[in-house]
Amino acid sequence: MPKVVKPLDIHNLLPQTNCKLCGESSCIAFATKLANRQTSIEKCPHLFKPDFSDKLQKLMELLAPPVKEVIIGVGDRAVKIGGKEVVYRHELTWRNPTAIFIDVHDEMSDQDISARFNFVKNFKFIRMGVELSIDGLAIRCVSGNPERYAKLVSKAVEEVGKPIALCCLEKEPLEEALIIAGNVKPLIYAATKDNWRDLAELASKHKCPLAILSNGDMALLKSLVKSVTEYYKVSELVLDPGTFAEEDVNVTLNNFVATRLLAIDGGDKELGYPLLGVPAALWTLSSKDRDNIEFEESVLASLLMSRFADMLIMHTISPWAIIPVLTWRDCVYTDPRVPSSVKPGLYKVGSPNESSPLMVTANFTLTYYIVKDDIEKGGVDAWLLVIDTEGTSVQSAVAGGRFTADKVFESMKAEDAFSKVSHKSIILPGYAAKISGELESLLGDWKVYVGPRDSADIL
Amino acid sequence: MGKEAKSLDWLLSYITSLLKSIEDSKEIIIEDLTLEVDNITIELPVASRAVEVEKEAVAIEEKPIKLIEATFNYPKPSYQGSIASVKIGATSSEGGSRKKTYTIGGAKAPQFYNFIAPQQHIPVIALDVFDVTPPLAGPVKEAYKDVLNDPVAWAEKCVKVYGADMISLHLVGTHPQNKDLPPSEARRVVESILQAVDVPLIIGGSGDPRKDMEVFAEIASATRGERLIFASITLDMDVEKAVKPIAENGHNAVALAFLDINQAEELCRKILQAGLPKDHLILDPTTGALGYGIEYSYSVFERIRLSALMGKEVLQVPMSCAATNAWVAREAWQKVAEWGPRELRGPLWEATTAIVCMLAGAELFMMMHPLSAKIVKKYAQALSKLLKNPSTSYVDWVKSKF
Repeated sequence: MPKVVKPLDIHNLLPQTNCKLCGESSCIAFATKLANRQTSIEKCPHLFKPDFSDKLQKLMELLAPPVKEVIIGVGDRAVKIGGKEVVYRHELTWRNPTAIFIDVHDEMSDQDISARFNFVKNFKFIRMGVELSIDGLAIRCVSGNPERYAKLVSKAVEEVGKPIALCCLEKEPLEEALIIAGNVKPLIYAATKDNWRDLAELASKHKCPLAILSNGDMALLKSLVKSVTEYYKVSELVLDPGTFAEEDVNVTLNNFVATRLLAIDGGDKELGYPLLGVPAALWTLSSKDRDNIEFEESVLASLLMSRFADMLIMHTISPWAIIPVLTWRDCVYTDPRVPSSVKPGLYKVGSPNESSPLMVTANFTLTYYIVKDDIEKGGVDAWLLVIDTEGTSVQSAVAGGRFTADKVFESMKAEDAFSKVSHKSIILPGYAAKISGELESLLGDWKVYVGPRDSADIL
Repeated sequence: MGKEAKSLDWLLSYITSLLKSIEDSKEIIIEDLTLEVDNITIELPVASRAVEVEKEAVAIEEKPIKLIEATFNYPKPSYQGSIASVKIGATSSEGGSRKKTYTIGGAKAPQFYNFIAPQQHIPVIALDVFDVTPPLAGPVKEAYKDVLNDPVAWAEKCVKVYGADMISLHLVGTHPQNKDLPPSEARRVVESILQAVDVPLIIGGSGDPRKDMEVFAEIASATRGERLIFASITLDMDVEKAVKPIAENGHNAVALAFLDINQAEELCRKILQAGLPKDHLILDPTTGALGYGIEYSYSVFERIRLSALMGKEVLQVPMSCAATNAWVAREAWQKVAEWGPRELRGPLWEATTAIVCMLAGAELFMMMHPLSAKIVKKYAQALSKLLKNPSTSYVDWVKSKF
C-alpha cells in the first residue's frame, strides 16, 4: 500500500505563515496536497531560504518515495527513473515511465553504430497524438580498449543528444570515457563484487549514478549497495538483479518482485532504488534466428515492465518489436483513477450543420478519441452520437448486448438527433453491422448505413 | 570549433581532456585555437579534479578490503485466501472421453510469486475455432487458410500442427443476425470436434444472451460428463436458468464481466447461488487489446486476484483472458511499412496482450495466432517452474559481440 504521510506532520515543517505564495489558501491546505502527492515542495519559496534548511531536509525525507528517484543525464538530456510510491499501479499511479535504452558497442561497424545512433535519436511512434520515443543509449565496451571506447562515447555524446549509460566492467575504459562524458552524468554500469571499489570511486568523483550488478545473488546485491553507500557515499543507485532468460526467467521475475515488495511494503532502504532489466541479454544465449530473438526480447521487455522494471536496455531496433513495448509503457503509466468512459451524448466534431453526417460510436474513452481523431483527420464535420456501452468498445459492446438498436434509437430521441440533421441517414460502426436491420425498422423511413470496422477508413 | 555554438558542457569536457593530455604528456602545443567567450566565468572543476586524482592515489591504500555483509530474505506476505482449483475435461474413467485434461487455479499467492508459494499449474492456452468464419486479420488468415471453412479440420490443425492445449469454439453462426443456426446444428459441430481431437473444449456463444442459453443447454446435456467450459454467462442472462444445464451436466462456466470488479463480484455470486460449484467457475474480467484499454484489464485482473487472496471468497476463482481481442488493434493487422511486417507485429501484439494479463493473474487463454500461442506457452512454462539457481550466466552480456 502507498506510504501514508499525515498532513499535520508536514504542516509542522512548513513556515506556517499562510502566505498563499504556493497557490493554496493556507499552509495546512498545502500540507494536505503534499500528503496526497498533488503538489510539490518547490511551490513554497520560504522552504528554500537558509533558515529552513533543516526543516526542508526533514520534509524531503518525510515525503521521499520508498523507491528513490534517480536522474540519468543533465538538463534537457535527462531522464528520471524510479520514484515509485506503490507496488501496484492501481494503488495510486506509477511515476516516471520506464526508461528504454538501446545498446551499441565499440566493435560494431560504423554502419551499425550510425543506425543505432539514428534510431535512438529519431525513432518516433505516434499514438493518439502523443509521440513515443527511445530514452537513451547504452554504450558497451567490448574491445577492452580505453581509447577505442572513449572515442565511441565521445561520438555518442556529440551526435545523439540523449542520456547515456556506460556499460563496462573494467576501470580503465570507464575512466577514459568519463573524462569526456562525466559531465553529462551517464549511468555507470555496473559495480560488481570484483570492481566495486573502482567504480564507486569513479561514480563519486564524477557525481554519476551507479548501477549495481550481482549476477542473481541477492544478498550480494544488498551487500554492494551497503558498501558503496557507506564507504563512498554514492547514493544515486540503480539495481540490476540480473535478467536471466529462457528457463531462468522465473528467477528474474521473482527477484524483481521480491526487491520491490521489500522496498515498498518492507521499507528496506537498501533495496529502495530503481530496477534495471536487460532484455538485450537474450542475444547472448541463442543461436536462434533473428526474428525469434527480437520477438522474445520484446515480450521480455513488456514482462519486466509489468513487474516493476524502471529502466530497460534493449538490443532490437526493429519498429515491430519496439512499438508494442512503447505502447504498453504508454498505457500502464496512465492514471488508473481516470475512468474508462466518456459521457454519452451527441458530440460535435468540427462544426457540423444540418446536412452533416450522423455517426454512432461507443463511450469507451479510447474508442471515442480514436473515432473523433479519425473524423477530424478526414476533414469532415460530423455529429457523433456516443451511446452508453458502459465504457466498452464497439466490438465487445455488440457481443455483450450493450450496443443495441434500441439503445441507439433511445439515445437519438434523448439527444434530439432528429432535429439536428435534415437528412434521414445514420452511420453505424462496422462491428455493429448486425443491428442495422433492427435499427432500420425502428427508424421507419431512415436509411441506416454501415461504416468501416476501423474508423481510420472513414472517407 | 570557433563559429559553432558549442555548449558549455562540451567546452568543459574539451578542457578536461586537454588537461588530461597535458597531465599525461607534460608538454602540449596548442595551435589555431581561439576561444571567443564574453562575460563568462568558467569555474574549472577540472583543476581540482586533477588534484583529487593525486589525493586518491594515496587513498587507494586505504580502500575498503571487504564488502559489508548483508542478508536478503524473500518477503513472505501471508494471504488468507486461496483460489479454487477448476478441472477442465474428463477422461473415460472420469465420465468423459478426453485423453488430455487440465487443472487451473489453486493459487495461494499472486501468479508466479514462487518465493511465496509455488505456482500450482501451468497456464493453459486454447486456440480459437469458428463455426462460421468471421473476417480475420491477414496474419491469422494465413495460418488457417486451408481449414477456414471446416471447423473440424480447423480444430485438428490447432491441436495436431500448432500444439494447442485446448480448442475454443466460437459458435458465432448461431447468432440471430448471423446465420441463426439452430442449437442442434451447433451441437453437431461440437460432437464432430470432440470426435476429431482429444483435448477439452471451450464452447463459446455468439453474444446473443437468449440464443446462447438455448445453445448451451442443448450442448451441455449432449456432452454430459465431459467437463467442458461454457463461455460465457453474463449479467444480461437469466443467470439461474443459464447455469442449470451446465451445473447439472457437470460442466464448467465462464462468468464474463466488463472491466469492473463490482460487476464481477455480482455475477460470480449469482452464478454460485444458482448452483454451480465454485470449483467449476472461471472469471473473465474482459481483455482490452494492447493500446486499446489493456491497462484497465491489467489492473482489474490484479485487483480481483489480490482481493481474492485477501479473503474475498466470491472472487476466489481462476481467471481467463481472451487475448484474441488484441487483433482489434490496427497496430496488429494494418499494413504500414514503417511499423515493420505485420506477420510478426500482429502475433507479437497478441502475445504481449496475453503476457501482461498472465502476469496479472489470468490462467486460461483464448488465442488466435500459433506463433503468439507458442511464445506465451513457453513463458507460462518457464515462469511456473520452481525456483532454483540460474543455469545461465548473465554478466557476459556486457562484453558479448552481438
